[in-house]
Amino acid sequence: MNIAGFESSPRSLVIKLVGVGGAGSQAVAQMLAGPISGIPALLLHTNAKVNALQADAEKMILGKQRMHGLGTGGDPDIARAAAEDEETCLTKFLQGADLVFVVAGLGGGTGTGAAPVIARLARAQGALVLGLVTLPFQFEGSRRLKQAQEGLHKLRRSADAVICLPNQKFFSMIDEKTGVADTFRLSNELMSQGVVGIWQMLTRKSLIPLDFAYLRSVVGGQNAESSFASAEARGEARTRDVVEKLAASPLLDQGRALEQATDVLVSLVGGDDLSISEVEKVMEQLTRLVPNGQVIMGAALDPSLTGRISLTVVVSKRAPAINALTKSSADETADGLTNRCGEIENSLLNPAQGGQRPVSRYIAPPPETTIEGAEKLMQSRPDLAPTRRKKRGPAMQQGQLNFQITSRGRFEKSEPTIHEGEDLDIPTYVRRGIALN
Amino acid sequence: MFDSSRIVVGLDIGTSKVCAVVVEITEGGALNVIGLGQAKSRGVRKGEIVNVEDTMQDIRDALAAAEEMSDREIQSVYLGVTGGHVRSFNNRGFHPVASVDREIMADDVQDVLKNARALNLPGENKVLHLIRQQFLVDGESTQAQPIGRFGARLEVDFHVIHGSLNRLQTPIRVVKSLQIEVEDVVFSGLGSALACLNSYQKELGTIVIDMGAGSTEYLLYSGGVARHSGVIAVGGDHISNDLAYGLKVPLGRAEQLKLDHGGAVVEAEIRGHTIALTNDHGLPDRTINLEHLRRIMALRLEEVFQLILQDLDRAGVLHEARGVVLTGGGSRVPNVEKLAAQVFEMPVSRGRTTWISGDKSQLDQPEFAAAFGLVRFASFEVKKRTASNQGFASRLSGKLANLLRMN
Repeated sequence: MNIAGFESSPRSLVIKLVGVGGAGSQAVAQMLAGPISGIPALLLHTNAKVNALQADAEKMILGKQRMHGLGTGGDPDIARAAAEDEETCLTKFLQGADLVFVVAGLGGGTGTGAAPVIARLARAQGALVLGLVTLPFQFEGSRRLKQAQEGLHKLRRSADAVICLPNQKFFSMIDEKTGVADTFRLSNELMSQGVVGIWQMLTRKSLIPLDFAYLRSVVGGQNAESSFASAEARGEARTRDVVEKLAASPLLDQGRALEQATDVLVSLVGGDDLSISEVEKVMEQLTRLVPNGQVIMGAALDPSLTGRISLTVVVSKRAPAINALTKSSADETADGLTNRCGEIENSLLNPAQGGQRPVSRYIAPPPETTIEGAEKLMQSRPDLAPTRRKKRGPAMQQGQLNFQITSRGRFEKSEPTIHEGEDLDIPTYVRRGIALN
Repeated sequence: MFDSSRIVVGLDIGTSKVCAVVVEITEGGALNVIGLGQAKSRGVRKGEIVNVEDTMQDIRDALAAAEEMSDREIQSVYLGVTGGHVRSFNNRGFHPVASVDREIMADDVQDVLKNARALNLPGENKVLHLIRQQFLVDGESTQAQPIGRFGARLEVDFHVIHGSLNRLQTPIRVVKSLQIEVEDVVFSGLGSALACLNSYQKELGTIVIDMGAGSTEYLLYSGGVARHSGVIAVGGDHISNDLAYGLKVPLGRAEQLKLDHGGAVVEAEIRGHTIALTNDHGLPDRTINLEHLRRIMALRLEEVFQLILQDLDRAGVLHEARGVVLTGGGSRVPNVEKLAAQVFEMPVSRGRTTWISGDKSQLDQPEFAAAFGLVRFASFEVKKRTASNQGFASRLSGKLANLLRMN
């Protein structure tokens, strides 16, 4: 399949896009409205509302018999079963693809349940599968968060790589006044940037080519945790600005992700006026930010970017195999989203792993330490010790607040007392989140 | 002829009780309580009437009790009002002195007062009180009338307490429907302050906090004048409601637990203490952790104090306060002064109504502070009225007449 407007190589790359669930479908629809129109895309949803989306894509309602197009009600198992029912149909769409993007918002029913199924089917067809998912906001509640973590774990197992955007991180990117719709649009926008960035990386007319095999080597491998970010800058100091902007991105944990990365794929796109010294400057700064990893770069020209530099990086942090053994899904939920950096620190514990990129998808256990040895090492760090974590597990679980309980009791008939956005009729200890036990 | 103006009645329609106080003003101007009537209030939430029929009955009961005790027929009352809608601010009026020699004449004072009364209020709001704080002659503060002084610039500061007209009218209408005249409406917070403060405290700078069942009123007196006031529609009811919610007990039982075991401070030694609840047959039913009960209460009370502190701070008058006086039923909570002292970092005491004569054991109770304040306010009005010798009609030309006309 040829992508319009670009030179076709002898066997051109086939990229397919699958949006799963409400958030995924919307994100894909938004992407298709942007610069990557023409990519074959499929929107999957259990809810018939997907038909209302204006997008140049195939649409499919999962589980018509089971749910009659009314959605799953947030149950991933129903969605998984529905997707498995449609296996043949989905396989047909996925056939022949080299790269499949699975875009979903985790936490709900369809995205969480069906995305791993799609990833598995695509992988069975021999495609490289990149999952691009969002995790719910913390305020969406513990149940969705837990569901999302489980879904993420499943997707990690079935996809080659998963790029994950915790929505919670957006709070540092938006101001207080940003509307809800805008925030979700931003979430979609970022996913779209990821797809577009990677797609451009692979298909643009390149000065220094960056092909599919590189991507595969960077993000491939089931223990890898990937994220991406892009930045753009213009003007005199653009080479410096662009790297600074990138390092400040919340998606890279303010540059920490770069520090801990084992592999970084850099795609630099500039206008016709891009000079080689600029490329050198950018790369020099970037390499300094990635002390422990390998940086693979590509550069491309885009006439529409004259005067500007756009930088997209795919950052991969490869966890050592030992983590896959000790880390159960329960741990992951207890961990939450924000302190997953522990995993990367673990990799630093292991000197054999630093700076060395495994060639194959299979990562051999480091020869110097035994499993016991590594566990002992981790236990010596109380914040990472797995035994403590397991104990802490149930305590960390946030109870589900029942809406009915917060009935206004005695104040049913009176006007609520709102003070600076807080309803003072609700007990103080509840509003301040103080646990009684 | 019998002079009925010597008898004044304060009526405080509270969230937990309706309270009527009948006071006789003696020749010398002292106040003597001759009647007190109260009834449990059923139709009021957060200081505002939500059920007119119930409240009418309760007012009738309270007034009847007061009439019986005082052996007087109540014809008119001074009515206390409150509610979350009551707000306050300070307003300054300005007037350039026109005369050649810059002597301030009576006309100048009239003009500056008129200017200061030009308030920028939300359309549906009505002024409850305009309390003159001070005159400023060329920026120099003076309490006395500045007539005869010299200066180019005359200013006057007012403390304005205002509230939503519709919501102020509800209690007036209810009382009037009982064929009782309303002499004046008074902000309960002002009443409580008048009841609890002596002139020394007013001069020094004191915050009076009336912790009612439905709402908490506060007012800062400093330099002898009201500097800031406000209402938070949170009160003892909220504590009961919090306890009912947090301890999972019915509201009535939560109320009882609050009275029996409540406290504003979580002491270290109560950790692990439990309270056994009994069921209808007197058999142990379940236990409640005392520490939880106290913590829920302490957090709520602390929050209310913090909100007051914040508001005073924002109004820029906090530095004028030197002490806190607590009154209202909520001030009976054990250790509540300790908690308030922690929050405000000032000495805290409970308000006493010592200026009134009558049966002390019965009268000196924080719950009645607002009602006593109403009669004190009334006694000032009566004094003013006899001094200026105004007729009934001209008296009505005040703000009350406006309120009533709009009825």
